[in-house]
Amino acid sequence: MQWDIVIGLEIHVQLATRSKIFSGSSTAYGAGPNTQASAVDLAMPGTLPVPNENAFRYAVMFGLAVNAEIGRRSMFERKNYFYPDLPKGYQTTQLAQPIVGPGYVDLDLSEGRTKRVRIHHAHLEEDAGKSLHEAVFDELGHSMSGIDLNRAGTPLIEVVTEPDMNSAEEAVAFARKLHSIVTSLGICDGDMSQGSMRFDVNISLKPKGSDTLGTRTETKNLNSFRFMEQAIAHEVERQMDILEDGGRIIQETRLYNGDRDESRSMRTKEEANDYRYFPCPDLLPVEIDDSFIEEARRSLPELPDERKARFREQYGLNDYDAGQLAGDAKLAAFFEDAVDTGADAKLAANWVQGELSARLNAEEKTVTDSPITGAQLGRLVTRIADNTVSSAGARKVFESLWSGESANVDSIIETRGLKQVSDTGALEAMVDDVLASMPEQVEQYKNEENPKKRKKMLGGFMGPLMKASKGQGNPKLFNEILVRKLDN
Amino acid sequence: MHNKSVAELSRELESGRISSVELTQQFLERLQQEDGKYNSFITIAEEQAMADARVADEMRAAGRATAWTGVPFAHKDIFCTNGVRTTCGSKMLENFVPPYDATVTEKFRQAGAVCLGKTNMDEFAMGSSNESSFFGAVTNPWGLSSGEKRVPGGSSGGSAAAVAARLVPAATATDTGGSIRQPAALCGVTGLKPTYGRVSRYGMIAFASSLDQGGAIARSAEDNALMLNVMAGFDPKDSTSIDREVPDYTATLNEPLKGLKIGLPKEYFTDQLAPAMEEQVRNAVKEYETLGATVKEVSLPNAKLAIAAYYVIAPAEASANLSRFDGVRYGYRCEDPKDLMDMYTRTRAEGFGAEVKRRILVGTYALSHGYYDAYYLKAQKVRRLIQQDFASAFREVDVLMSPTSPSPAFIQGEKTSDPVTMYLEDIFTIAINLAGLPAMSVPAGFVDGLPVGLQIIGDYFAEARLLNAAHQFQQVTDWHQREPK
Repeated sequence: MQWDIVIGLEIHVQLATRSKIFSGSSTAYGAGPNTQASAVDLAMPGTLPVPNENAFRYAVMFGLAVNAEIGRRSMFERKNYFYPDLPKGYQTTQLAQPIVGPGYVDLDLSEGRTKRVRIHHAHLEEDAGKSLHEAVFDELGHSMSGIDLNRAGTPLIEVVTEPDMNSAEEAVAFARKLHSIVTSLGICDGDMSQGSMRFDVNISLKPKGSDTLGTRTETKNLNSFRFMEQAIAHEVERQMDILEDGGRIIQETRLYNGDRDESRSMRTKEEANDYRYFPCPDLLPVEIDDSFIEEARRSLPELPDERKARFREQYGLNDYDAGQLAGDAKLAAFFEDAVDTGADAKLAANWVQGELSARLNAEEKTVTDSPITGAQLGRLVTRIADNTVSSAGARKVFESLWSGESANVDSIIETRGLKQVSDTGALEAMVDDVLASMPEQVEQYKNEENPKKRKKMLGGFMGPLMKASKGQGNPKLFNEILVRKLDN
Repeated sequence: MHNKSVAELSRELESGRISSVELTQQFLERLQQEDGKYNSFITIAEEQAMADARVADEMRAAGRATAWTGVPFAHKDIFCTNGVRTTCGSKMLENFVPPYDATVTEKFRQAGAVCLGKTNMDEFAMGSSNESSFFGAVTNPWGLSSGEKRVPGGSSGGSAAAVAARLVPAATATDTGGSIRQPAALCGVTGLKPTYGRVSRYGMIAFASSLDQGGAIARSAEDNALMLNVMAGFDPKDSTSIDREVPDYTATLNEPLKGLKIGLPKEYFTDQLAPAMEEQVRNAVKEYETLGATVKEVSLPNAKLAIAAYYVIAPAEASANLSRFDGVRYGYRCEDPKDLMDMYTRTRAEGFGAEVKRRILVGTYALSHGYYDAYYLKAQKVRRLIQQDFASAFREVDVLMSPTSPSPAFIQGEKTSDPVTMYLEDIFTIAINLAGLPAMSVPAGFVDGLPVGLQIIGDYFAEARLLNAAHQFQQVTDWHQREPK
């Protein structure tokens, strides 16, 4: 049987405000346990929440970036459940009147396909703390569970999509696009390893072409694109096996273990909490007026879609290159630093996406940690374009820059003797010498009719020529001279 | 000294006839001798009080004294006091010492007032008789001479009894459904519940957040005005407090009442009210006519729905507000929990008393899936209707007057077996909280030797007018000066 895959996402995005959503405590990551938890965060008796205006500003910016309606009257509800890392015994969140209403995001997919994914809404809420079950001990050294409330009260927006995605590729493309939007906006640091973005994936299958949605499961808390892709593949396969054996899917929440590629049920619908939502009486409804929205609109930086269009227009990049570079705000800035030195944009794009990206990936670094600056890469690209160095030579310069041997491209070229010889007179003399020393090969070449073979034979002269020039002859010029001399 | 008002004590201190340290010592001694009869205090903060008194004397010496500097008073044990245990009348917080002050506490501290301790209250402010306190019932100073132990009302029963017994001239209190006015009435003292949002709720342990309001209990309207001068004002730490100028509430106490339009809600003068009570209230209204006020009957057609709506909304909010008492971070934790669920269930089963548990259950039920619309949403609609009733009444009159409670102080234990009978104690006060209006209870006579309270209700932020009306009444009557034997 053929199946349609239906996927909807819920994404928790931690907002990069300096203080928490309802208290003045810092949101900085990595401090000692409970050092960033005030009386309000600890839910001490009598304490009250005070909303952080910046969290609202960021949420509105997000709404504008995903073409959404902004909720003019935004309310908070209490979502009640007991858990040790939830100090008040309820989470302050939004249900009936979220700050961001329906919107959409357009995706670029493989083979030039595109897709629009609708956003149902996005709401503001507070994050919970963390339970620590390992390496916590009491005074007597007994193992115990610990609670760290530093994260409690960190502002989140939860983005809820419509079930518009039909493959892992689409879901991951959406996740990447959202990552790109929130990091471009500067409202989230995008660091998934620290939980700054967390994905819940709702998946169901239905017979191909059917209008009726199947029963869905929710796989929670995926914190990398790779795990998300694996989890979807895993869950689709699990559901397909059940359905093809004539079984039924149980509506449930599942946890995926990326290291083992396994999932298990966390709770079924019957076990689900009754959260008893009701409007939070400690917080008045927040009225978002036109001037607040306009101010947020004015503060919007360039968004990935706009940047992509500009890269195509301004730098003549193709759709793929423009999309790749524009999708990551920091990579885009690096690229533009390179181009701003006067470097050729297409060549710079190739180097950013080629050598640089490969090297960053290999060392598990992001562009922010790159030891090479955009300007340095720009100067290197310029030296390739003006024939000062060959591509092979440029890779050696790149190595020197990366290792921090020197920061100056020209001095590396100079001291390492990587400068190409482009003096035509000198090169012509070398060609004459080499041709004279290889009469048989010259003869064979001249007698060959097949242009493909001739081209290949031309390569036979290059080795000796590079040797003669000690690797510094400009290969492109050598080639031109060879052709001119041999073809006449 | 113990019979003097806040205003009088302030003048004594100002004149230099007595220091704050001396005054505080006198009050502490009397408190320790006398309170055994009433159990109106949970904690007597002797050390802190003496430290406050020394600070007050220094403030006065430095020329920085306010009307409150050196004046002794008490806080209801619902207001967090930095370094002094704050129990909210519950075993759950028996040993809880807050590391912070409530905004109200801080304001009195800044004014130089001397807090003698924390007054008894119904557990988490849930009750109308002060019998649900983990620290024991409070006994009303009135009726004690006849050998009967009567309730002081609740939940601010400790504050009202302490003021009536002349243990303190004034005490803070809170009112969610009548918890300032009803005990003030039953103890023959003067109480003020301000407009919702007038006094910060920060550090005031929450019962029902949309209804709770801090206020005052003292013997006179003038002292209530002095208290509100300290307590009122916008607080950036409380998003529901209102940013509105605070007048000097003592400045308008002596305005004449000529032309004051009084409305009597007919729904508050029915056969639920004992005839002897009604007579006292009507006599008080006649006194106002003598002072130049006019009186007319008005209607609050939805008032009869107030108790039902209140007992959905208040428990619903309470059920969430009290979730934080889980044994994880502070407060009571059961012995040797075997797992997380065991810790939760036993901590809460052992830490909360019966009335608190009853209200958590009711509130949880009202918010449950499938019941929310029928209970919580319906109750909110009723709440809006009640607000509209008051709004139309205030288009016709300046203040409303009614009895504060349906009967005078009853005997301890009389109503504890039937929660609904107890809930009816607040039949005349609850609608005011649902509407968020300010109201006072003023001593207005006696029935069988027990005090009767007159409730005066004002429009939003009409505290100054209420205090003025109460003060003028107290210039021509002496009910508020009567002392229990």
